[in-house]
Amino acid sequence: MDFRNSEPPSGPRREDVLPQTASAAVKVVVVGGFGVGKTTLVGSVSEIRPLTTEETMTQAGVGVDDTAGVERKSSTTVAMDFGRISINDELVLYLFGTPGQQRFWFLWNGLFEGALGAVVLVDTRRLEVSFEVIDRLEERGVPFVVAVNSFPDAPQYPLEELRGALDLPETVPLVQCDARLRESSRDVLMTLMRHLYSLAVTPEAS
Amino acid sequence: MSDPGGDWEDASPERLYVITGGRSGALGPATLDLVTLIVARSGPKPGMQPEHAAIIRLCQAPLSVAEISAYLGLPVSVVTVLLDDLLAADLVLSRAPVARAQLPDLALIEAVIDGLQKL
Repeated sequence: MDFRNSEPPSGPRREDVLPQTASAAVKVVVVGGFGVGKTTLVGSVSEIRPLTTEETMTQAGVGVDDTAGVERKSSTTVAMDFGRISINDELVLYLFGTPGQQRFWFLWNGLFEGALGAVVLVDTRRLEVSFEVIDRLEERGVPFVVAVNSFPDAPQYPLEELRGALDLPETVPLVQCDARLRESSRDVLMTLMRHLYSLAVTPEAS
Repeated sequence: MSDPGGDWEDASPERLYVITGGRSGALGPATLDLVTLIVARSGPKPGMQPEHAAIIRLCQAPLSVAEISAYLGLPVSVVTVLLDDLLAADLVLSRAPVARAQLPDLALIEAVIDGLQKL
């Protein structure tokens, strides 16, 4: 080994190493506004400490011209937190948290491609972001469920009232959750999976 | 000069440009997903670019592109370029993700539900 310092090589801890039999992965995206609890939800169900991957704004070509003027480019990086759940010896589920605000939608292309579906995480104090996100997911044809993260100091509304406020079709599941709790976050994912199942059985329902 | 990585500001555009030889992941066919699993076919070889060797070391067991990016502290677009090199040289294998498009797959959804129930 040729490590120059005593820091351990950056990599998965021994207990986080996937078995050699791991042969397929699926992903689910958790999307919501800033501070809504995406990372909390990902962290509470993940078997690994949530990791962060970064992407640079310039990659997406968001109005940045292609000249070699590197010094002019501001390399804004956007972080995405993600976690992992081993479903069985072959199958691994990855959970990505991504910001819902429109200016981050450039991240969505690679992210939603092939994703099983999405969880829209909602804070009742800030519903505006959710509108945009829901519209966008519908446009893209991404199946999703909506989970209202219960913050102790946030106003509580009956779910049906929220459904009305979010203009959410009856076919889209809407649940309450506490993203800090493993079981609660797990149940949100179960809700999504059952929704996907019913869509697969009766495709016309989508 | 023995520490070529030392003076670069982490993840500065210049450093990323050097690592990838100026190539951009956006130009190639998008075969690698964030959750494509990568497995090395063997150990790192002497003389490899350090980033290539680091990936090979990480991928002795299957690891997703996203995890490689996180552990190396490099953007996914850069990791993708490096992985394309390694794939072309037959040094790693990729295991494509199960895409939604392939779904008539109730079995897959059932498997995920089963797995979640065990959490």
